[in-house]
Amino acid sequence: MTRPHTADGREPAAVELRGATVRFGTRTLWEGLDLEIPGGEFVAVLGPNGSGKTTLLRVLLGLQPVQAGEVLVDGHHVRRGGEGIGYIPQQKAIPEDVPLRARDLVGLGLDGHHLGLGLRGRRDRARRVDEALAAVGATGYAGAPVGRLSGGEQQRLRVAQALVGDPRVLLCDEPLLSLDLAHQRTVSRLIDERRRTAGTAVLFVTHEINPILPLVDRVLYLVDGRFRFGTPDEVMTSETLSELYRTDVEVLRVRERLVVVGVEASGHCHGADGAVLPAEESVTP
Amino acid sequence: MNEILDKLFTFDGTAELLGQPFVRNALLAAALLGLVAGVLAPLIVARGMGFAVHGTSELAFTGGAAALLLGVSVSIGAVAGSVLAGLVFGLLGLRQRERDSVIGVVLAFGLGLGVLLLALYPGRASNKFGLLTGSIVSVDSTNLWVLVIVTLLVLATMAVVYRPLLFASTDAEVAVARGVPVRLLSPLFAVLIALVTALAVPIVGAILVLSVTIIPGAAAARITASPLVATILAVVIAEVALVGGTILSLAPGLPISGYVATIAFLGYLACRLVGRARGQVRTG
Ligand SMILES: Nc1ncnc2c1ncn2[C@@H]1O[C@H](COP(=O)(O)OP(=O)(O)O)[C@@H](O)[C@H]1O
Ligand SMILES: [Mg+2]
Repeated sequence: MTRPHTADGREPAAVELRGATVRFGTRTLWEGLDLEIPGGEFVAVLGPNGSGKTTLLRVLLGLQPVQAGEVLVDGHHVRRGGEGIGYIPQQKAIPEDVPLRARDLVGLGLDGHHLGLGLRGRRDRARRVDEALAAVGATGYAGAPVGRLSGGEQQRLRVAQALVGDPRVLLCDEPLLSLDLAHQRTVSRLIDERRRTAGTAVLFVTHEINPILPLVDRVLYLVDGRFRFGTPDEVMTSETLSELYRTDVEVLRVRERLVVVGVEASGHCHGADGAVLPAEESVTP
Repeated sequence: MNEILDKLFTFDGTAELLGQPFVRNALLAAALLGLVAGVLAPLIVARGMGFAVHGTSELAFTGGAAALLLGVSVSIGAVAGSVLAGLVFGLLGLRQRERDSVIGVVLAFGLGLGVLLLALYPGRASNKFGLLTGSIVSVDSTNLWVLVIVTLLVLATMAVVYRPLLFASTDAEVAVARGVPVRLLSPLFAVLIALVTALAVPIVGAILVLSVTIIPGAAAARITASPLVATILAVVIAEVALVGGTILSLAPGLPISGYVATIAFLGYLACRLVGRARGQVRTG
């Protein structure tokens, strides 16, 4: 596979948005979004519910058209089913009776979207699936029915499923949602390892920046059609967030954690490990 | 009691009957049906389409009854009815509750219409009864050709769409993200089900289509989570039930469907027991 190169011979950005705009009817979700994310960068996508984080991922997957602007992944205009993108869905339990083994789930991530029986490349396929399973430490339960594994084990498989195709970009939509702290750490460490060794760009949608804060290079913060893109130190400040939310917001650093105080309790962010707390909630240690 | 048992399980003349061309046709038809039903069954179970299959088969019955009354081929009527139903069900959204209620509504209406059509039919009663419970003499050589062609068509289509279909049936969200046309596969699979249903109605009857399209898949799911092994197992169970049921029904001269459903059910029980013993799939 050849990658298009820019005029000066550099590799194109893993993800590039130029003036991207999404509207639903008369409602503009966001407008004029410019992003350039090089390979290997870890970007956290934050914002209250309904601010368009999932929609941004859908745009990059080619499932949601933009009304204006351009969207490129690895130098190509996005299209539905395009190669080069891995996707980890919001963490939720896989039903117990799903008739797949762990290795089948991962295998579907490799070529489940292809037509035909795929009999020819079977050995190569098995090897790649084995490698992906080994990379997330899932070799021990490769033959187990997915529905019977724990939430943490299932989410490791999701990582393997998303990475087995060697994507240039990894999109994650709240992949840690109801995992305990230990598993949150394992899963985010696996993703971090990959982007460091393989140069995969990561867009990581989350309610809670703290579990991944040490890994994050830049933050995209979306609020009500407004957005800010920059390093955590630039974006996660009282000044910037007050501007975004158009109200007084205070960002505190408590040990190694960020605590955001003053965002109205309009169902924004919450949870025991919440990064963004409504004003009346106490600050968790 | 013994009399009934003797009547149910007799092999007087089975050997002679096996030499008859119409019996050989019936066996061949049963084997072909077992193959396609077994291939589809695990996916039908994975997609939770048991009720849709039942609805489809009742509409095949309605179509068959209409054809009987109009004096055209019953097979054509059955195919028309079930494909129409399959398309309607396949185009319905994926929301379980809405799907269930619409299928219930269509099924009830179709069954009622079929009963009226049959009541209006002046011909032989065995023709009427055959639609509901199946009959061995329903398979003549023209039907056999239809059966062969439809079997090849279904198998070829499955060979092309199997992987995305499995993806969409077991992991829809990621399948959509990877560009699998989930919306398109749903009606396509419904049409495949409708074709197999239409083949099954003359043999096992409209009320027992589930015995070959659901039971083998449900049984396999008790033992294995491997899609390949489940498919092979479902085909084996469907074949044993259909071919075995046909042979058992010969001498007593009773409907095939009762034997087929019973053998398939015993296969299901056996799989449950094996599954429980191995602790592979949680019971209950
Ligand atoms: N296809 C659609 N049609 C109309 N509105 C939509 C559509 N998809 C998303 N929305 C709306 O866009 C907003 C953003 O949704 P989403 O991207 O899921 O937000 P987030 O993931 O940040 O919570 C929501 O208010 C949602 O109702
Ligand atoms: Mg979302």
